[in-house]
Amino acid sequence: MSRRSRNRWVGLVYTTPALAFVSVFVLWPLCHVLWLSLTSRSLLGGGEFIGFDNYTRAFADKSFWQALEFTLTYTAYITPILLVLNLALALLTAADTPLRRLTRTVIFLPVVIGLASSSLLWYWLFDQQVGLFNKLLVDLGILTEPMIWFRKAASAQVAVTISVVWKVVGFGMILMVAGIQAISNDIIEASRIDGASSFLRVRRIVIPLAMRSIVMATVISVIGSMLAFDQFYLMTKGGPRGQTFTSVYWVFQNGFARFELGYSSALSVILMVIITSATALQLWLSRKGSKA
Amino acid sequence: MSMALRPRRVRRGEYLVAAICVGMITIMIWPIVMSFLASIKPPDEASRPPPHYLPQSLSLENYRSILTYHAGLAVYVGNSLAVAGLTIVFCLVLSVPAGYGLARFDIPGKEVIFLILLASMMLPFQALLVPLYLLFSHIGLTASKLGLAILHTMLQLPFSIYLMRNSFEGIPKEMEEAAVVDGATSLFTLRRIFLPLVMPGMVTVALFAFITSWNEFLGALILMNDEKQFTVPIMMTGVSSGNFGSVNWGGLQASVIVSILPCLIIYLLLQRYYMTGLLSGAVK
Repeated sequence: MSRRSRNRWVGLVYTTPALAFVSVFVLWPLCHVLWLSLTSRSLLGGGEFIGFDNYTRAFADKSFWQALEFTLTYTAYITPILLVLNLALALLTAADTPLRRLTRTVIFLPVVIGLASSSLLWYWLFDQQVGLFNKLLVDLGILTEPMIWFRKAASAQVAVTISVVWKVVGFGMILMVAGIQAISNDIIEASRIDGASSFLRVRRIVIPLAMRSIVMATVISVIGSMLAFDQFYLMTKGGPRGQTFTSVYWVFQNGFARFELGYSSALSVILMVIITSATALQLWLSRKGSKA
Repeated sequence: MSMALRPRRVRRGEYLVAAICVGMITIMIWPIVMSFLASIKPPDEASRPPPHYLPQSLSLENYRSILTYHAGLAVYVGNSLAVAGLTIVFCLVLSVPAGYGLARFDIPGKEVIFLILLASMMLPFQALLVPLYLLFSHIGLTASKLGLAILHTMLQLPFSIYLMRNSFEGIPKEMEEAAVVDGATSLFTLRRIFLPLVMPGMVTVALFAFITSWNEFLGALILMNDEKQFTVPIMMTGVSSGNFGSVNWGGLQASVIVSILPCLIIYLLLQRYYMTGLLSGAVK
């Protein structure tokens, strides 16, 4: 008994450094951002308690709503594109043959490179004058002449989406491959003997059994897109006319380009509430779904 | 009849799959190959419209130009490596004991502690940038490799702890009991018995810490406000904005290649560790 209770405190000692680190660098900033959001603090110093003024300002701030709406639109259309491609590629490469393993490895390559690197790579590929993606589209007869992708918000968003899909598609694919490989061969064999078509097999067996990985891929894609920053900062700079600012970009812009730390904090808090509830909602739905 | 037909149909299906696989490989690798080829064109060829897929002549001038870009490529690569190295050390130093404690002891309030540690993963760090910036400037950690490494550790710690806890939990009780009977202290048990066994987990933690830190952009953009402290991703934005408004396209692609090469090599060498880590983190 005494050995056991001594053990308990020894165990706590081992977790103390990590707990201390998280307290200083996560929990304290969390409390601080709540406080800052109630002040008029500027990067240049000063600032005083102003109650909920920053929040009322945020609710009246058209640019903030536009950024939020843009972020949600971006999330709403990149997520289904990714999921369909994830699943298609996973079905294509799930079986363990050398060629399929190689394909998986290559599709996954862009996942390990930085989003900043891939954004700058694609920024060049999309360039109207020297961009080879433009040239390729012209050579394939898809475009009649190279286009200026970043002049209009819609085509800028398409360009960013293409580059991000290229960069992250392998991630969800791997999750789903793991999900599919975990399905017992007996079930697949049985359905094959029963004469189920491959389409039916995918819809009735593979998708339901790999649901966990599909949900995980969705959650990760939604969180990643709602927090998008690098790709827009590097490819569109929020333009044209501020139409492609994302929420995080807007927080950054207010805090570190306009030095309004108090207001930026209030925007951060709103963003944090939205993201945390979206994550919680998705996890709750997935748990409900897997019980049913 | 269907028996006779089947092998041929299967084979034809297999050819189709092979063709699609080769097509996908080509699509995915094309941008990287194009970037590499642009980086070895002479600078004026790389910036001259209309572009060509293949270089018409070869040159290392683009690489030479980023070697001497402002403080010099070596400084920026050095900064990135130092920050990544510190991040790896911090992640291991914090997550190995924490994983040991959480997996091997009946800590009071264990679930709460684990939740607090993982909750920091749920909180987007992007929403904490303002207080973090103020905290870091208060303690003199802006424009500091140590400061940026702390930020990167913050991003990577929950995942590292989760992974280490799983590694420690995967080891059979008997291994530990033998040592306890011999009267060994918990620290001795950790060092002599557990560490060799959780080594694969530690490699995975280090690998993810390196890749996160080497690639991280937003935190470095805000904290590293002194040009001598730039990491590679921040240096690249400088190259892309160029001098006098014209972009040094060849130099930009050379820096893209420099920035992605370490990640590609490490991933290809340590793919097994990478995949175990990713799947244990995401699927469970």
